[in-house]
Amino acid sequence: MAEDLVFMMGKYEARVPTDCLYSKSHLWLRKDGLRYQVGFTAYSVRLLQDVYFLDWSVDPGAQVFEKQEIGEVESSKALSTLYAPFDGRIVEFNQLLLDDPSGINTDGYGNGWLFTFETDSEPLTPEQYLAVLEGGWEKTQNLLKGQIN
Amino acid sequence: MAGQKKLTVVISQHQGKNPVKRQLEEELAMACMMDPEVEVSIVPNLYDLSHDHSGMLFLQGIRGDVVVLSWLYPRATQWILDRAGVKGRAGTVFLVGDDEEDEDEEAASKEKHLDAIGTLNLPDRLIYSIDLRASTDPQEFLSEIRRIVQETATETVDLMSWIQGEPKKEQLERYLNPREMLGIGNSETGSIAEVEAEEKVSRRWYPVIDYDRCTNCMECIDFCLFGVYGVDVLDRILVEAQDSCKKGCPACSRVCPENAIVFPQHKTPAIAGAAGEVAGLKIDLSQLFGGGDAIEMAARERDIELVRDGRDAVGLAIGIPKRQANACGVRDELDDLIDGLDDLDL
Repeated sequence: MAEDLVFMMGKYEARVPTDCLYSKSHLWLRKDGLRYQVGFTAYSVRLLQDVYFLDWSVDPGAQVFEKQEIGEVESSKALSTLYAPFDGRIVEFNQLLLDDPSGINTDGYGNGWLFTFETDSEPLTPEQYLAVLEGGWEKTQNLLKGQIN
Repeated sequence: MAGQKKLTVVISQHQGKNPVKRQLEEELAMACMMDPEVEVSIVPNLYDLSHDHSGMLFLQGIRGDVVVLSWLYPRATQWILDRAGVKGRAGTVFLVGDDEEDEDEEAASKEKHLDAIGTLNLPDRLIYSIDLRASTDPQEFLSEIRRIVQETATETVDLMSWIQGEPKKEQLERYLNPREMLGIGNSETGSIAEVEAEEKVSRRWYPVIDYDRCTNCMECIDFCLFGVYGVDVLDRILVEAQDSCKKGCPACSRVCPENAIVFPQHKTPAIAGAAGEVAGLKIDLSQLFGGGDAIEMAARERDIELVRDGRDAVGLAIGIPKRQANACGVRDELDDLIDGLDDLDL
């Protein structure tokens, strides 16, 4: 397995594993048979920090369109609505996380997966995702700073 | 206002027929009936009541302090009532739901925003809005009601008064003619017979304005292309044609820079009138996680409704406020999140 790509968020190394594909909305997608397992990238988790609340507003099996609202996440520092990464179908949600979302923080690329997903869209390659991160970094910082000033 | 008056308790029913919810309502009603210091009534869901529904007329007729129990956020209840001409200062309720229990938020939400235009002519009485979702235990509600009975009997609450100054002449008139003031169209005024016939309540969907936040900036009236908003004789914004509102569409509340527009039945607490500004206290990362910003989302929701009406989508071309970054004063708390970011040269 090739070594992870790394994006530097200041001093923090956000890993971008090369065995995953990605969405612009900072989710990873790992092929698992016909489906993808989907989770938060290290970049997302770094911004969220300790997640303590996760809720889905669509049912398993739901057809969704890209950017459709599908749930909410809240951490000690931040909150966000969650959106479908692509047009597709959400097959199932990770039940473990619904009881205890801390897996997102402890094993974000593994047991901390969020849901399984079927889509015909082409997710981003690790290199493309890295480029998205690099291109959006300044804007992200401004967004964060804009919100705290 | 002192003396042996009874405290009026009004229970606003849930829209559905959920037996658990009905049972809580009934248990509370029964218990209140046994209380000699309490007068209790049950009305259908406040949000669905027209202003001349007998339930609302009853509420309008109450002069003293009132406790209103409803399946709504207290802020939503307060402003639904205000809109119907049932005005009063908000009494402080100690029994609050999980997502509202933060005391700082609570305090902040009660405070009027700096530039808010406020509601006019608040009578000197208290309205306590209690969210029936705050507990499943009837006893908790009953002890809160008992506490309020004591509180209103001793009138200590006057210390918290933040009533406004002398009303102007027009304001007084508006107070005396609440219906006119609300700008409710002719369609809603009818003979008693019609009222009786329409007594059956159906579900509604419309915005409710929180005048303790609203600054009369008119962004909502510019944004909504369905004619829901209007202004009164004093050029204050109001929800003029509530039934022109598109069911499920909360777009104007996303556009509102003060988060002053409440859709009590929306699934997002911040839109449904939860206390505080949840999104203001924490960093909102929705934009990073694929959401457009609120304005974009609002425009998209509006387009869906326009197209449904056989009109053309307008996207961001019409009624979009010029402002964007509306910085809100949250500091320090979030420093941790950006440690490491600060070290970069920008």
